[in-house]
Amino acid sequence: MAEQDIRNFTINFGPQHPAAHGVLRLVLELDGEVVERVDPHIGLLHRGTEKLIEAKTYLQAMPYFDRLDYVAPMNQEHAFCLATERLLGVEIPMRAQLIRVLYSEIGRILSHLLNVTTQAMDVGALTPPLWGFEEREKLMVFYERASGSRMHAAYFRPGGVHQDLPDQLVEDIAHWCVGFYKALDDIDQLLTENRIFKQRNVDIGVVPLHEAWEWGFSGVMVRGSGAAWDLRKSQPYECYADLDFDIPIGKNGDCYDRYLIRMEEMRQSAHIMQQCCARLKTERGPIATLDGKVAPPKRGEMKRSMEALIHHFKLYTEGYRVPEGEVYAAVEAPKGEFGVYLVSDGTNKPYRCKIRAPGFAHLSAMDHLCRGNMLADVSAILGSLDIVFGEVDR
Amino acid sequence: MSTSPHDVLETLAAHIAQGLGSAIVSTSVAFGELTLKTDAARIVEVTTFLRDDPACRFICFVDVCGADYPSREKRFDVVYHLLSPAKNLRVRVKLEANDETPVPSITEIFPGALWFEREAYDLYGVLFSGHPDLRRLLTDYGFDGYPLRKDFPLTGFVEVRYDDESKRVVYEPVRLNQEFRNFDFLSPWEGTDYVLPGDEKAKQPN
Repeated sequence: MAEQDIRNFTINFGPQHPAAHGVLRLVLELDGEVVERVDPHIGLLHRGTEKLIEAKTYLQAMPYFDRLDYVAPMNQEHAFCLATERLLGVEIPMRAQLIRVLYSEIGRILSHLLNVTTQAMDVGALTPPLWGFEEREKLMVFYERASGSRMHAAYFRPGGVHQDLPDQLVEDIAHWCVGFYKALDDIDQLLTENRIFKQRNVDIGVVPLHEAWEWGFSGVMVRGSGAAWDLRKSQPYECYADLDFDIPIGKNGDCYDRYLIRMEEMRQSAHIMQQCCARLKTERGPIATLDGKVAPPKRGEMKRSMEALIHHFKLYTEGYRVPEGEVYAAVEAPKGEFGVYLVSDGTNKPYRCKIRAPGFAHLSAMDHLCRGNMLADVSAILGSLDIVFGEVDR
Repeated sequence: MSTSPHDVLETLAAHIAQGLGSAIVSTSVAFGELTLKTDAARIVEVTTFLRDDPACRFICFVDVCGADYPSREKRFDVVYHLLSPAKNLRVRVKLEANDETPVPSITEIFPGALWFEREAYDLYGVLFSGHPDLRRLLTDYGFDGYPLRKDFPLTGFVEVRYDDESKRVVYEPVRLNQEFRNFDFLSPWEGTDYVLPGDEKAKQPN
């Protein structure tokens, strides 16, 4: 047979592609159906969050964090609040800690539900998203009932949380948890032993543990590869240390293990939420620090006390001054280690606020993970990395 | 465990300073975190030591980012964060850089730094030598300038819109319908280092 002129084929995956989970442009170099090189072009959703934060007071900067990983907004706020609180040196009352943990876990379930089900959709299943989103909808109602907003909550504030939860809400969340296990079992039945789902995910996108570390992976991506590493256990913040939960760990580091971990983490999250709800029923007290220089006074107090009125005015115009210094605060966000590196110069605005998004590190390894795989695996790998462009592009 | 986290970090700092000698300019422990300062030229040596030394084992790459201090002679800080899962410790390494002399890239040691260094280059204009692919990352194709520098205006220089006549996206200089207002809420009662609006009309004491 005559020698053929063979050349590689370059295609654009995205920026508008349902499996790109947002606005990702992947330039794929293909040799037949085998991926030779992946060049992700990101930044299509870049809004300059870090620059904007430098021009805002600490309290005004906080809502930007909702808009990073918009699938689990409060987890991001949490990291920023922890960083600010560390610099300020304020202690958070127990009830506020419980509320924060409760809503962080809601965020985790929100994110995992979206990821697990859309990953299934990326590999061809349509039903899981429909089932999963029903539960997400209920969770977003809980968000709304606490903060007034379904997604961009701005509920965690440096010093505590914005408002107290009504008892009925706590009860409803506890009640939802009971039914959620059943909903998870349903999704489990759809996917876990599904032949097509397994064929598309088992042994795809394998990450050895040492590679996971040096690529800066975190969260499910290192746990899938077998590391017993979860910031909630290893560097506990808030009251995670006295809550009872387990950390699921994978063995093979492939897409399927990561899926299984996410499923189990949702069960554990529901378990944590039940514990928080039970404790919130007895744990009364303030929901924000009583330091009037950080947390605003209650509305009722403002009607009577001149001092409170002045504090309120000062806090919402000047804000608080944060002592000079630098901290790096990280939380175990659903997608991995979400960190905030905050530099303060002693004024009321952050001097530098670097947002370390887990998805950014994961996506940067896309070329490394996809090389030599088939074109169809690209979307499976991308799905299991759990990418949300709000946080990757910032 | 009788040793406090602070002591653990102090001991580690002493160990690192001893192991690396003159590569470490200074160490400090503040807010429960260890910060090492080093020279730009020796960052590869420092990160290799931190990764390989049995008492450190900072095998997990976390972050590289820039920070801008325009008043300094070397205006940029490049800040590295590393994590040691085995010891459950974090470390921060800082070095100073300017926009001309490149900083050696650590991508050989931590491939995860590839994008983080690209980002620092994109947003601050810090150069990295030995980086295999130092392109812009987050900003637009053909973007000019380094947006996170302190002298870059918040509103930027160009804006884009879709032009229906030429049927394509066009770039134009930013036109603000209202002047960008930078509110200064720092309390004037505690004394300002600038003239308050209105005060310039007052009679100056001779």
